[in-house]
Amino acid sequence: MSSVLSSSPDVVDGSAAIVADHVEVGYRNKVVWHDASFDVQRGEFVAVIGPNGSGKTTLFRLLLGLQRPRRGSLTVLGEPPRRGNVRIGYVPQRHTIDNDTHVAASALVRLGASGSRWGPGVAFRAVADAADEALASVGATELGSKSLGSMSGGELQRVFLAEALVGNPEMLLLDEPLSNLDLRRSRELVEVVHELVRSRHVTTLLVAHDINPLIECLDKVIYIANGHVATGPPETVLTSPSLSELYGVPVEVLHDSRGNIVIVGGENPHEPEAP
Amino acid sequence: MTFSWNLVTDLRDMWQYAFMRNAFEAGTIVAIVAGIIGYIVVLRRSAFATHALGHVGFSGAAGAVLFGVNPVYGLLLFTIGGGTGMALLGRRASTRDIEIGTVLAFMLGLGLVFLSLYTGYATEAYSILFGEILGISSAGVLLTLEAGLIVFAVLAIIYRPLLFSSLDEDVAEAKGLPMMALGLAFMILLAVTISFAVQVVGVLLIFALMVTPAATAVRLTKRPLYAAIVSVVISLFAVWVGLFISWYEPYPVSFFIVSIAFALYVLVRGGAALSAWLSPRARAVAVPDSQAGPESA
Repeated sequence: MSSVLSSSPDVVDGSAAIVADHVEVGYRNKVVWHDASFDVQRGEFVAVIGPNGSGKTTLFRLLLGLQRPRRGSLTVLGEPPRRGNVRIGYVPQRHTIDNDTHVAASALVRLGASGSRWGPGVAFRAVADAADEALASVGATELGSKSLGSMSGGELQRVFLAEALVGNPEMLLLDEPLSNLDLRRSRELVEVVHELVRSRHVTTLLVAHDINPLIECLDKVIYIANGHVATGPPETVLTSPSLSELYGVPVEVLHDSRGNIVIVGGENPHEPEAP
Repeated sequence: MTFSWNLVTDLRDMWQYAFMRNAFEAGTIVAIVAGIIGYIVVLRRSAFATHALGHVGFSGAAGAVLFGVNPVYGLLLFTIGGGTGMALLGRRASTRDIEIGTVLAFMLGLGLVFLSLYTGYATEAYSILFGEILGISSAGVLLTLEAGLIVFAVLAIIYRPLLFSSLDEDVAEAKGLPMMALGLAFMILLAVTISFAVQVVGVLLIFALMVTPAATAVRLTKRPLYAAIVSVVISLFAVWVGLFISWYEPYPVSFFIVSIAFALYVLVRGGAALSAWLSPRARAVAVPDSQAGPESA
């Protein structure tokens, strides 16, 4: 059995959405993770899992071109990562939005389409239509006229999703969209995202703390812990031997009667803190 | 001069005097620009930074008076310097209350020293602090117009990216927008606007013209473009009605402008609270989603 840690990219042609080859990332004198080799195929729904500070958001920063790998090579949609890539839709992790934000959701979604355009110009019809279409595709048409500050966590995440979708990206990067949602809302949002992945064939990476709301829809897991990255189908990565190898300490993966997963022993007390 | 209900005749009476014409012209320009910039101030939560820049400008204006220069140049120099400093300190610097407040207090003190060194009239200090719209010369109006046009032109170019970066910093950054440059441009536009708004309401009352109208407007509409327009309308209303009343009443114009802006704010907040209280939905159930407060628009 080949180790999940040292698998080399299977496909290196242009059809892969992401190809990472021995990538190392860090800040100044600290390595976040290293020697990561993996690939993500187009149209795959991928969960990015790992303890706090393990470098999940750092992976997104790499893909968005906001940070460079220190070693190795990385290809996104067939080209090197670059900032401002319109082929990627991004939903950053947002803890809260101020209750005082009296701005209509549709205005934010429109800015997703036109916010990078300089120069004067009144609201373009095409932009408004694209925004309406994006809101409709996440089942949030009725939220367009609501103000952002008055929305619940689940409603906000849908609007952010619409904002990321409005330019018809080929890839979606969603950072902890489920973190402030209860289980029911989490499952609803995952359903919406899963539907987008299927209908639009948009490659989607979703950072999550808890894999359970996602597990039925996933094609792949990117598990980041202890400075290492393990990648593969959930049933290969989420096993006791594979996670024990990743963490470097014995880890047990338990299953309940409904197929939920609990990972025991992974939160290493010596885990380095987030930068 | 007595008030008649024929407002056109009243205005014609006032506009026979050059100082009133100048006041209306400068007030109009400042109200338009301050109304738009104010909306972005509210969106970026830079209200305290705005207030502080006014105080930073005070020492600049006082210094200019001391050296016999037009106070507006001192204001421009100091507010642009202060604004640039805040922008370069980083994205969240304009929300750092304690640092900004510390500099603000020092700058007011510095202004005080400049004024005590100046052996002229105390009225100079008074007009910087509370505005002297009735003392604006035609040359002053022309300067205000030029500055207003420049701010307006730059805004027209950067408005949408600025709005985007104010509302959704992380996404705007990922989309490749130059965040630092946008922040810097905004602070400089804010500084220029403040420098000219000081003529109208003074450094101490700058908040009423730069922030209150926009804070009122966002309660009336959720569309950014409409909110900016409503904000301008409110600023214009406050300045025009303030000037109008001051023609008949022997109190400072700034007092009327500030009071009108405040009254509209209270009216809108009160109206929103009332309509939320009256709406059956809000009374029937305590909806958890409604923590954002009244939303009547």
